Amino acid sequence: MKKTGAQILCESLVKEGVEVIFGILGGAVLPIYDTFPQYPQLRHILVRHEQGAAHAADGYARVTHKAGVCIATSGPGATNLVTGIANAYMDSAPLVAITGQVATPVIGKDAFQETDITGITIPIVKHNYLVTDVAELAKTVKEAFHIAQTGRPGPVLIDIPRDVQQAQKDFVYPDKLDLPGYRVVSRGHPAQIKKAAKLINEAEQPVIIAGRGIIISQAYDGFKEFAEKAQIPVAHTLLGLSSFPGNHILDLGMMGMHGTPCANMAVQNADLLIAIGMRFDDRATGNTKEFAPHARVIHIDIDPAEIGKNIPTEVPVVGDIKNVLTALNEQIERKEHVAWLSQIEQWRYGHPSLEIRQSDELLPQYIIQQIYEATQGDALVVTGVGQNQMWAARYFVYTKPNSLISAGGLGPMGFELPAAMGVKVGCPEEVVWCVAGDGGFQMTIQELATLTQENIAVKIAIINNGYLGMVRQWQELFYGRRYVDTKLWNPDFVKIAEAYDIPGLRVTRREEVIPAIQKAMEYPGAFLIDFLIEPEENIYPIVPPGESLARFFEPSKPEVLEGKL
Amino acid sequence: MTNTKHTLVALVEDKPGVLNRIASLFRRRSFNIQSLAVGGSEHPGLSRMTTVVVGDSAQVEQVRKQLEKLINVVKVSDITEEDMVARELALIKVKATASTRSEIMQIVDIFRANIVDVAPGSLTVEVTGDEDKLDSLLGLLRDFGIKEVSRTGRIALTRGSSS
Ligand SMILES: Cc1ncc(C[n+]2csc(CCOP(=O)(O)OP(=O)(O)O)c2C)c(N)n1
Ligand SMILES: [Mg+2]
Repeated sequence: MKKTGAQILCESLVKEGVEVIFGILGGAVLPIYDTFPQYPQLRHILVRHEQGAAHAADGYARVTHKAGVCIATSGPGATNLVTGIANAYMDSAPLVAITGQVATPVIGKDAFQETDITGITIPIVKHNYLVTDVAELAKTVKEAFHIAQTGRPGPVLIDIPRDVQQAQKDFVYPDKLDLPGYRVVSRGHPAQIKKAAKLINEAEQPVIIAGRGIIISQAYDGFKEFAEKAQIPVAHTLLGLSSFPGNHILDLGMMGMHGTPCANMAVQNADLLIAIGMRFDDRATGNTKEFAPHARVIHIDIDPAEIGKNIPTEVPVVGDIKNVLTALNEQIERKEHVAWLSQIEQWRYGHPSLEIRQSDELLPQYIIQQIYEATQGDALVVTGVGQNQMWAARYFVYTKPNSLISAGGLGPMGFELPAAMGVKVGCPEEVVWCVAGDGGFQMTIQELATLTQENIAVKIAIINNGYLGMVRQWQELFYGRRYVDTKLWNPDFVKIAEAYDIPGLRVTRREEVIPAIQKAMEYPGAFLIDFLIEPEENIYPIVPPGESLARFFEPSKPEVLEGKL
Repeated sequence: MTNTKHTLVALVEDKPGVLNRIASLFRRRSFNIQSLAVGGSEHPGLSRMTTVVVGDSAQVEQVRKQLEKLINVVKVSDITEEDMVARELALIKVKATASTRSEIMQIVDIFRANIVDVAPGSLTVEVTGDEDKLDSLLGLLRDFGIKEVSRTGRIALTRGSSS
């Protein structure tokens, strides 16, 4: 029996196991939406901005380990997805973005709401397609999901002209793929693994740098065994947090610009770095010329193009981390590294900037710590971008695998609310906390309506400093305290929530923090807390841009900032 | 590390937009390419692309791996160090008068090039060879006055049975 392109799309989505689609309709996707009622197993969540659809699908994908799906109409709908697609690309999240396109006869004629979305997205997708023949549609969807979800995951966009959605064809879902240019290396090369094991067995001051690849590969157990067997301390990239228990004796926390002194010092003094599922982002490495000057480098990653891209690597191992670690665990020796680990313990202490000050002020570090205490770490934390993100990274203890969902590579303000929405839809049984910046929250605030319409119980903590705080901090430290246009006039967020039918509380004092968090947790639905924090609180330490990781600034070490203005 | 010319040969799927993806990759990652030539290959549905990239070996290895990551690119090899045949073709329209015409024809003969068009004020020369040969012919013809030049960029294959 013949089916329309729209039906073929839906049939294919069902075959791929899709359960949720985030999107907004428009002329060029109407045929698709018109068929949705025939496929009740596909839940469509109507968002309020396509950026929200893409971030929600991204959040959903990160916690379910399967592709998130978003859909938008041609032209403005498609361009509104761009930030979300770029974000998924930078953070290797599997995303399938479906866009409507003007009908094939008018493509290239500047028709109403025509944009070349495949052209626009080339640099920010793993792959994309413009489907001009309905006979290609099922095959394209199959390829798209395969590409998005395998190897190093990433976004794939499928642009479908309206007439292709309406054209008729028999539906046959192919069972074979024909992708001669796409190969995934999943087993590490035995000779490379052997070399890596040798270096690990010989190292005296080894450090692991744990990236999100461990989470993508779901290699938590093998990774823990690896670190414990060889007694190697673990530093994390931002997105590598929650790949290893944050309360483990070997855990050093986050490295990089706002990393802990012990993580940064350990990396800088290491004789061997074992970088796993990470890509040496400059926020993590600081100045690459001065990065880990004494270290030999083992780099384990599924993407061969990451090897040697930013940091020269002595032993690359290309493969799926889970497989590589299983093989490696058999070849590494039990070690203790007593001297090295006790040296690292020294770096842990004596940094007042790490501690939460005893004061009457409402401090963001305290708020995050109390969210941790209230949940005992059994929650998924979705952050915004800026200071709130760094406080969430540093003061929550990530003991639950894959419990930090944050936009690391692109850093788009406004990620927090829609991503938290997608996370909660993907994991309805989990407690989901959205740690928002007062600035970023206003970039996607309209998704409060989606929370209410779809009954999505996200707990929102606005870390409200009345500033574009991270930028203000840079103005304070690097631009002579000239606060140019970083001060925010803010609306009453509690009233706003109320207008969206979401209860909320404003918290201005320390003693109100715990009761407010309790109240939010007890309430069955979405809940918002507006925490009016100390406006000029900073996140420390900070490695000034372009500096080596060893030169982190804390207020007690003013010399690091000299000459930086 | 030193910058040298590398010859990369790739098999790419013959599909719409593939060149756009490749060009976009070179631009986005600031890879410095000197030439790019694409045409049919022995496999139906696949084209062979030859590109000359300038950089140190680590940079060129990045280019190769990034190219290989493109879904429509099937295989990329850096054949610089291998025994290869590399050729380029140029069409050169040179000014010619009654008094210079025979001198130009002599030069063309020495280079085993061909005259493919004769017009009242000009001759068009077709020449094939490696870049050095093309450069020296161009150098000699420059004295007569060059009106137009079109070069294809390098195409290359490894020699013998290796593939
Ligand atoms: C879309 C976007 N625009 C601008 C920036 C630059 N930026 C980075 S952090 C930041 C401040 C964020 O303010 P807020 O959301 O209030 O978070 P805070 O740092 O105060 O916690 C800005 C403007 C960005 N990351 N994303
Ligand atoms: Mg703020």
